Amino acid sequence: MGKIELNHITKTYEKDVTAVKDFNLEIEDGEFIVLVGPSGCGKSTMLRMIAGLEEITDGEFKMDGRLMNDIPPKNRDIAMVFQNYALYPHMSVYDNMAFALKMRKFKKEEIRRRVTEAAKVLGLEEYLKRKPRALSGGQRQRVALGRAIVRDAKLFLMDEPLSNLDAKLRFQMRAEISKLHHRLKTTTVYVTHDQTEAMTMATRIVIMKDGVIQQVGSPKEVYDFPANQFVGGFIGSPAMNFFEGLIEDGAFVTHDGIRLALPSTKAQELKSAGYTEGTRMTMGIRPENVTLQPPGFSGESLMPIESEVIVSELTGAETLLYSKLGDQDLIARIDSGLDLRTGDKVTLAYDMELAHFFDSASGERLRLGEDAGISI
Amino acid sequence: MTGRKRFNYKTKEGLQGYIFILPWIIGFIVFTAGPLLFSFAASFTNYNITSQMDFIGLKNYEKLFADDQLFWTSLYNTLYYVAFSVPITTVGAILLSALLNRDIPGMRFFRTIYYLPAVLSGVGVYLLWMQLLEPGTGLVNTVLAWFGIAGPNWLFDPAWAKPALIFMKLWSVGGGMLLYLASMQGISKSLYEAAEIDGANAWQQFIRITIPMITPVIFFDIVTSLIGGFQIFQEAYVMSNGEGGPVNSLLFYNLYMWKKAFEAFDMGYAMAMSWILFIIVFVLTIINLKLAPRWVHYEGGGK
Ligand SMILES: Nc1ncnc2c1ncn2[C@@H]1O[C@H](COP(=O)(O)OP(=O)(O)OP(=O)(O)O)[C@@H](O)[C@H]1O
Ligand SMILES: [Mg+2]
Repeated sequence: MGKIELNHITKTYEKDVTAVKDFNLEIEDGEFIVLVGPSGCGKSTMLRMIAGLEEITDGEFKMDGRLMNDIPPKNRDIAMVFQNYALYPHMSVYDNMAFALKMRKFKKEEIRRRVTEAAKVLGLEEYLKRKPRALSGGQRQRVALGRAIVRDAKLFLMDEPLSNLDAKLRFQMRAEISKLHHRLKTTTVYVTHDQTEAMTMATRIVIMKDGVIQQVGSPKEVYDFPANQFVGGFIGSPAMNFFEGLIEDGAFVTHDGIRLALPSTKAQELKSAGYTEGTRMTMGIRPENVTLQPPGFSGESLMPIESEVIVSELTGAETLLYSKLGDQDLIARIDSGLDLRTGDKVTLAYDMELAHFFDSASGERLRLGEDAGISI
Repeated sequence: MTGRKRFNYKTKEGLQGYIFILPWIIGFIVFTAGPLLFSFAASFTNYNITSQMDFIGLKNYEKLFADDQLFWTSLYNTLYYVAFSVPITTVGAILLSALLNRDIPGMRFFRTIYYLPAVLSGVGVYLLWMQLLEPGTGLVNTVLAWFGIAGPNWLFDPAWAKPALIFMKLWSVGGGMLLYLASMQGISKSLYEAAEIDGANAWQQFIRITIPMITPVIFFDIVTSLIGGFQIFQEAYVMSNGEGGPVNSLLFYNLYMWKKAFEAFDMGYAMAMSWILFIIVFVLTIINLKLAPRWVHYEGGGK
């Protein structure tokens, strides 16, 4: 059990700083929700309101139908992992994990059983007697997780738990947390500003900006059908390419006059959706949808454009190609087969079928054809 | 190796360091180490400030232990004072700083108020307290009388003179309070948040987190106030007019030593006394240091 309802949650700090605005979300039992967004968008504030560390200014927070707004943190049956771990420095690893159980007056044997069990799961058995300062960052992180899992709480909250680790450890702990979630199936709300963490761990992603939810959806949904230009640019690495321009004569024409012909179905859809000639809009296309034109190959949706390589970055299996479309920056993600140098001329094919179009004024993505029915 | 090489960077730096602290070294030798050695040597003599200075062996020490009732009285008074004032002021300072460690508007005002007595120390304060503790007209007994309590004769009652002094000390816990407050404010807020989620109430948070985290300061405070406590002199001297109070109840070790030195001019005897006090304080401090690892938690330390 652990169904969470967040209805119209708003948080206003003194001096009229509104950190979270009208946040609505229902979380099913066992979900792994990732709150993601740029720094200062209100993720931690939201999490801390759920934990009870911060008062909810307005709105309702319910767990299994029970209103939680005024329940003190210790009675919420919630466990939390902090960004800086917040391990008790004067207690051994064992005591750190046992603390919550001691406070809840568990029997000694039960505490020992649970702590030993958690230590086994997390590979901490050898370190139980050590103080936190004698542990590596990754081990501390595990203790912080252990402290949460011994509780057997209804809901786990994690605030950027991996941000203090180096890249390799982060990768490893990411997998461990996912594994742990598969095993325990505890409903989890996880905060990060790293979109890769969000994409790899979440059952659903909540993307926030300036305290407002931009989109809620599975990783695939938010990747394939971003609700707006912000989500399109935030999710995915490297970020989606955006080009300013307008629709003209069945094609997207950049503001400096480069024509990208649209597949006829797409043009038709735009037209029937009411976006007629001359409407200003922003085209978004992901780096992997801009490829090197294979010689002699062309399809209706592939739009070839001559470009000059500005920088070519080999990242391993693939190469990131920095170039320009007219005067607007472009990144293409291509296979590492060719050895490209700065100044080389290449033909890049834009897969217009997979291009997105955003209203230039509002930033909203235009819902066309196949995904018009999909809700966000 | 060449001659130049021997005088390497490290040695040179060390030498420069010593040159910089030379004034202090000279001061230490002349004003501290010198008198120290002199007093040690003189404690085996009958030195009396005049030219008389004959070696008399352990006579001074024998007399102290064997037939000087006042020596034992003064030692008892001092131990009594230390045994009560150190724990009481330590606990008082910790509790006070815990109270003042809140984010409430106007808290700075209270912090200043409570710190003020620590600034206002000295003879004036003792005279002020003598007036406050005046049995008939003093403010303390007047207030007690409002509640129907007949206050004791304080400084004039052998049973109440020492408690009165300890009471006065408690008034100036502000100095210790400041140390504790600074240390408490250094404790990460997220520890308390974690503890709150873990189910600890305010009292449990204080006992399980605040106290262990400030143990280095508690240790420092106990060591220094223990040493300071054994040296109590001014208060007793001023408040008993240099007499040692009713039935010698305020005759503390250092006061008695002072009387021996500057009233009886029995310098050799007083110096023997000072060495005994030194040994007592030294042993207690060693014990403190030995016990420390068992209860003092150092955040950054390697041990
Ligand atoms: N105690 C506070 N008082 C006033 N404003 C606050 C307080 N805490 C946070 N804020 C503001 O609320 C907004 C959201 O802060 P929050 O910490 O939730 O951001 P975040 O999304 O967690 O960012 P980050 O990724 O940097 O951790 C910020 O503009 C911040 O300045
Ligand atoms: Mg945050």
